[in-house]
Amino acid sequence: MKNIILIFTLMVFASVSTVAQTPKGDVLFKGGDVITITNGTLESTDVLVRDGKIARIGKNLKAPRGVEEIDISGKFLMPGIIDAHSHIAGSAINEGTSQVTSEVSMEDVVDPLDVSIYRALAGGVTSIHLMHGSANVIGGQNETMKLRYGTTNPDDLRFEGAPRTIKFALGENPTRGGRSRGIQPQSRMGVENMLRTSFQQALEYKKKWDAYKADKSPRKVAPEYDLRMQTLVDIMAGEVLVHCHSYRADEIYMLMKVFSDFNIPKLTFQHANEAYKVAPELAAFGASASVFADWWAYKLEVYYSTAYNAAILTENGVLTSINSDSGELIRHLFHEAAKTQKYGDLSDDEALALVTLNPAKQLGIDNRVGSIEEGKDADIAIFEGHPLSIYAIPVMTFVDGVKYFDKANDGDDQRLYVSPTSTIEEINIFDRETQHRCMEDAFVMDFNQLFSNQN
Amino acid sequence: MKKIKQISFLLLVTLMLPLLSFAQEDDQVLKARTGKFALTNAKIFTVTNGIIENGTIVINNGIIEAVGANITVPNDAEVIDVKGKEIYPGMIDGGTTLGLAEIGSISESNDFRETGQLTPQMQALTAVNPNSVAIPVTRVSGVTTVWTMPQGGTFPGTAASINLFGYTPDQMFAGSKGIIMNYPSMNSGRRWRRLSDDEMKKRQEKALKQVNDTWDKAELYAKLESAEDLRNYPEIEALVPVVKGDSPIFIEVNSAKDILSAIEWVKGRGYAKVIFTGVAEGWRVAEEIAAAGIPVITGPVQAIPTRQSDNYDAAYANPGVMSKAGVKVALRTMESENVRNLPYHAGFAASFGMGREEALKAITINAAEILGVGDQLGSIEVGKKANIFVATGDPFETATKITDLFIDGYKVPMTSRHIRLYDEFLNRTPSVDKNKKAIDIKK
Repeated sequence: MKNIILIFTLMVFASVSTVAQTPKGDVLFKGGDVITITNGTLESTDVLVRDGKIARIGKNLKAPRGVEEIDISGKFLMPGIIDAHSHIAGSAINEGTSQVTSEVSMEDVVDPLDVSIYRALAGGVTSIHLMHGSANVIGGQNETMKLRYGTTNPDDLRFEGAPRTIKFALGENPTRGGRSRGIQPQSRMGVENMLRTSFQQALEYKKKWDAYKADKSPRKVAPEYDLRMQTLVDIMAGEVLVHCHSYRADEIYMLMKVFSDFNIPKLTFQHANEAYKVAPELAAFGASASVFADWWAYKLEVYYSTAYNAAILTENGVLTSINSDSGELIRHLFHEAAKTQKYGDLSDDEALALVTLNPAKQLGIDNRVGSIEEGKDADIAIFEGHPLSIYAIPVMTFVDGVKYFDKANDGDDQRLYVSPTSTIEEINIFDRETQHRCMEDAFVMDFNQLFSNQN
Repeated sequence: MKKIKQISFLLLVTLMLPLLSFAQEDDQVLKARTGKFALTNAKIFTVTNGIIENGTIVINNGIIEAVGANITVPNDAEVIDVKGKEIYPGMIDGGTTLGLAEIGSISESNDFRETGQLTPQMQALTAVNPNSVAIPVTRVSGVTTVWTMPQGGTFPGTAASINLFGYTPDQMFAGSKGIIMNYPSMNSGRRWRRLSDDEMKKRQEKALKQVNDTWDKAELYAKLESAEDLRNYPEIEALVPVVKGDSPIFIEVNSAKDILSAIEWVKGRGYAKVIFTGVAEGWRVAEEIAAAGIPVITGPVQAIPTRQSDNYDAAYANPGVMSKAGVKVALRTMESENVRNLPYHAGFAASFGMGREEALKAITINAAEILGVGDQLGSIEVGKKANIFVATGDPFETATKITDLFIDGYKVPMTSRHIRLYDEFLNRTPSVDKNKKAIDIKK
């Protein structure tokens, strides 16, 4: 019922508002401990939000007429958590028909009805990077989103103005895909070759278009437009940020050499369990890493991991974030960040930056979110207890100054849509294995497996 | 809070520096050692007898010899002053595949699943690899004992409690075993084709009939046991101790409907020692479980709710709801490589209704008692095995460090592959050559 009201309100708001497509809030937070990330923690400080932006940070701020005041004394206010690697709210993950699929995009498969969005909000998360899977070397484009739960329109979840990003993948996953189809790549040699060949083809594609554009002849004929190639050209122009699934140090090193040769300046390694082994090289190159706090040993290429990865990278000057890649972990990324204090003694600010400012930088949205600063979007999480404490409980989450989660009003059943054909509700016993969605749908389902339902 | 944290952090780093350099020495093999130890000036969380401020623990020959505030330190004991630190009984995980699984995706390295529906005679203890890399990774976080379980089929095998130090399965064996039974579920639909309510019910009834036929055979076998020419029937023989009430049966059951059905089944069968495991929807039927008097091992706590319509925190709150209803609750991670996160599962349970004291019991004394090793483990008491750890503070708090570890009275070195990799790579030598960059980018 609450949801219906919420949807209705949002719909009314959307139809009334002419400037903004999504709602923007006004609110005054009174007297919380404000964890700014960029400017330390300000004790008992007020934060004023106007029209979805942080307008003022200071003491004794007065609420303008009509602006709601929320007393958060004794609580902590921090920037909304950003997950640089997520597959929630995606109705498909892998386009596995080719080893290069830069033409597809996750923007086409956003599912605004996924209740995982609400559960992520309940963990203080305000933005996610909905990523393509890791079945192919050059995967699809990703979608950076704000968790404006309650809408049925996928476009309302888009992080408007965020740079385009794309998924690449190295190692076991793409080579496994190659082996299952009997095509290249079946080895890390093949992965490198596929990358170099693809970029070379894109350069030739660009050359044709450059020649066409330069041609003064009235009878010139345009080359065939190829979205796959054009996306690779855009990558080389720095317009699309590459986020590459990777684990082993050697493959991480390889990709830096390839990018160096093709003059591609920006690069984030996803997972990167062995990034710690080439931390000095990553720092020298200026590449960044988005890692797990402690996942390891689920496959061979993560067997030589260490939970100290994020700390080693941070101490070596590598821009590092901690991500979830899971509908479960995303709900406690603040706790995942805290693990860097056990494994590597990071400071409070360093640890919290791993799930706020640093992922914002990796996604190119740090001018908008990731810290509590005047002028930034009011994407805010309120905690009872310090967010790095095990006893911390997120109690409110705001996107653009609009409250999307409030523990005090957390009712039963936060689904937006219930299938009319389902007679009984499905019961899924949690299994961490199925949380890895990276390879989902990547393989052709065996016919017998699909239709046999007998034990 | 933050200042104190910073100061204690600085202190910690200073304290740890010699430790780190020690670990970095070449050819240095760190070995566990036993003997007589006295841990002094500690805040001792006994779990069963409250908290002792500024107390001493004497460990001798693997056993806790003395605990208290006014203990005379024996002259021949190695004294370890742990001033400002806290001592806890080693944490116990009530459900893992630790030692049975090495690398998730490589089936050759996994030994927790045998083929067939009826294989209760399969011994987890046999397949425990004492040299699994995950074992030191786990114990340096203060988890000293786990229940390691076979999986798959209706009767996957016999689980065992193991201590996380030792060079053979027998050295690791913590003293208890139990038959696992996966209770036939109403939710056996596959992802690819949903079953109707009727279909599922029929399936469950069929599966339950098979289960009952099996137990009927076991009961018959128990009656005939004195007969001389009894045919060799290992899978049924393995169930006999359960029938006789000598050994426990661990029934994995999760959905509310299945739990209620299992409670009836247990009443009907009348076996003496029954434990429910999983129990993901226990919060829906907590009163009924309490009334049946069946103890529970539940988890993982950091888990997604079983139904889309559930509150986001249903799994976090589950242990607390059951515990408040009067169910005896222990926790489990159901992990292999990340059993080290047990204190965090307990911490989440504590925050979401269970409270810290009950959550601590759930991973110490309750777990020990449910697993049948309560006389030896799970608390700091004279005469119990010296499975204890020393922490810089509350072990549930994420930033807390474990500084000393005793398992079976052995002082186990605080090292693991994760720590050694940290020592090697924090400041790698050689680093990058600034003059001769292998990777050069023209920006």
